[in-house]
Amino acid sequence: MARYAVVRLVEGLVVLLLISVATFLIMRLLPGDPVMILLGEGGGGIRMTEEQIDAIHRRWGLDDPWHVQYLLWVKNMFTGNFGKSIFRPGVPVREMIFEAVPVTFIISAAGLIIALALAIPMGIMAATKRNSLFDYAATIFSTLGIALPNFWIALMLIVLFSLVLKWLPPFGLHSWQGYIMPVMVIATLQMAVIMRVTRGSLIEELGEDYVRTARAKGLAERGVIGTHAIRNALLPVVTVIGVQFAYILSGTIIVETVFALPGIGRLFTDSVLHLDYQVVQSIVFLLAVIVVVVNLLTDLTYALIDPRIRIE
Amino acid sequence: MGQIAALEQPPETIKRGPLAKIRQLRKTSKPVLLAGTILLLVLLSTLFPGVLSPHDPNEIHPELSLSPPSLDFILGTDEFGRDIFSRIIFGTRVAIVISSASVGLAFVIGIPLGLISGLFGGLADGLTMRVMDAVLAFPSLIFTILIVAALGASPFSIIVSIGFLFTPRFARLVRGSVLVLKDVDFVVASRACGAGNSRIMFRTILPNTMAPILIQITLGMALAISIEAGLSYLGLGIQPPTATWGTMLRDAQRYLYLAPWYTLAPGIIIFVVILVLNFFGDRLRDALDPRLKRV
Repeated sequence: MARYAVVRLVEGLVVLLLISVATFLIMRLLPGDPVMILLGEGGGGIRMTEEQIDAIHRRWGLDDPWHVQYLLWVKNMFTGNFGKSIFRPGVPVREMIFEAVPVTFIISAAGLIIALALAIPMGIMAATKRNSLFDYAATIFSTLGIALPNFWIALMLIVLFSLVLKWLPPFGLHSWQGYIMPVMVIATLQMAVIMRVTRGSLIEELGEDYVRTARAKGLAERGVIGTHAIRNALLPVVTVIGVQFAYILSGTIIVETVFALPGIGRLFTDSVLHLDYQVVQSIVFLLAVIVVVVNLLTDLTYALIDPRIRIE
Repeated sequence: MGQIAALEQPPETIKRGPLAKIRQLRKTSKPVLLAGTILLLVLLSTLFPGVLSPHDPNEIHPELSLSPPSLDFILGTDEFGRDIFSRIIFGTRVAIVISSASVGLAFVIGIPLGLISGLFGGLADGLTMRVMDAVLAFPSLIFTILIVAALGASPFSIIVSIGFLFTPRFARLVRGSVLVLKDVDFVVASRACGAGNSRIMFRTILPNTMAPILIQITLGMALAISIEAGLSYLGLGIQPPTATWGTMLRDAQRYLYLAPWYTLAPGIIIFVVILVLNFFGDRLRDALDPRLKRV
C-alpha cells in the first residue's frame, strides 16, 4: 500500500510540473502586451515614452528571461504569494481568488452532494426494478442530463423559475435564492452520470456468483443488495466522482457566466480576456493542484477499499 | 447463459467482420431510423446550407427584429431581424466542421502516439502517458479557453484546442489495445514472418483496435459540439457575424424575456444532434463488441 501510494504521489507531482510549465508557456504566448491592454485602445490617450513602458515591464518582471520568470513564479506559488493583478492594479491576486473561491465551492459542493444523495438511490432502484417504468424514466433523465448543454439547461431554468413562475432571481447573488438554480444545473449533469454508473455497475454485480449464493442461502433481497452487491457496485462510483470533479470545475465556468456569479470560473474567463497573467496562472495552478490531489485521493480510497488494485 | 445467447445469434454474425455487423444496424428499429434521418439532415445542412435555408443567414430586417415564429420565419427572427431557422442551418456547418476536424486531429496525433507507446514501452511510453494524464486530468473548458486565448479566437485555434484535448482519448485507447494484442498469436506470427514494426503497428494491430476507436469518434464528436457551443457561448468561439449555435444562445440570453423562442431553437438543435451522436456511439458499441454491451 505504501509503495502504491508513493508511486501515485510521484506521478501526481510529474503531472503537476507539466501543467505548470504548459500554463506558463501558454500565458507567454498570449497575444498583446498587458501594459497596453491596461492603458486601453491606442494607449488610452495616455502618451508614454518607450522608457516609461520599459520601466513598467521591469516593475512587473515582464522583461526577465522566461525561465527566471517561471522559477520565481513557482517559488511564489508555493509560498502563497500569487503576485498582484495587472488588470486591477495593486489588488493582490490572492485576495481576488479568496473572494471568488467560496462561491464556486458552494455551488460545486452543494451540486455534488445533492447529486449523490439523489442519484445513488435512483440508480439502485433502477437496477433492482429493471425495465420498470421507473427504470425507463431514470434512464431517459440521465440521457437528457448528459446530452443537454449545461448553459441551455440554465437558460431554461431561468425561463421557468424567473420568467414564468417568478420564484427565483434570474442572476446574481443578492440572496441565498441566487444559489438555487446554479446548484440545480451542476447537480443535473452529475446526477445523470452517477445514476448511470450506479445502475450499470449494480446490474453487473447482481449477475455475479456470490449474489446467487446469497440468494440461494435464503437471504432476503434487501440483504442481498444492501450488504453484498452494493459494496462492490459503489466502487466504480468512487472513481467516477474523482473524474467528474474536473467536469464540475469546467461546468462552473459556464454556470457562473450564465448566472453572473462572482466565482472562480467567472474570474478565470474575465482574466483571460483581460490578459491578466498573474490571475490566470494562479487559478490554473490552484485548479491543477486541486485536481491532482482529488485524483490521488480517489486512487488511494479505491486501493483502500478494493485490495485487488494495490497488488499490481 | 452465455452459451445459449451464442447459440441464439444468427450464424453469419459470428463469422464475419465488423462491416457485416454494421450492416446489421439497418435491420434495427424505428429509433435507429429516426436518428439516421436526423443525421442525414445534419449532413445535408453541412454540405448544402444555402439550399435548405429559406433566407440569407446574415440578411438584416430591422423592422422585423425579434418577431415571433411565422410562416415566413418559421422559428422567428433575432435582434437584427435575421432568420433564426437559416442561422441554425448555417450553424450546423460550423458545428460539424469544427467537431469532425478536431476529432480528426486527435485521431491523427493520438493513434501513432498510442501505437508507439504501447509497442515500445519504456521512457517514451512513461513520458507520453504522463503528458496524456495531465491533459485528461485538467478541466476541459479551462484547457480549451487557455489555448484559444493564446492563439486567438478562430476556427483554427478551436480545432487545435479541442484536438489536443481529445488526443489522450485515442492514445490511451490504442495503447491499451496494443498492450493486449502484442503478445497474441497472430501478431507473433506476423512478426515471425518478418514483418517490421511499422507493418505490425498499422497493418496487424491497428485494424483490430478499430471498433473502440469508431465508438470514440462518435462520442468525441458529440462532446466537441458541446465544447464548441460552450466556447462560443462564452464569447471565445467563432466571432460574429458567423452564425453558430453557441453565439446564438449567447445573444438570445439578453432577450430571454422579450423573445423566449429565440433561446429555445439553438438549444434544442444542440441537444438533438448530441443525442443522436451518443445514440449511434452506444449502438456501435453494442454491435461491434458484444462484451461491452450495456446491460
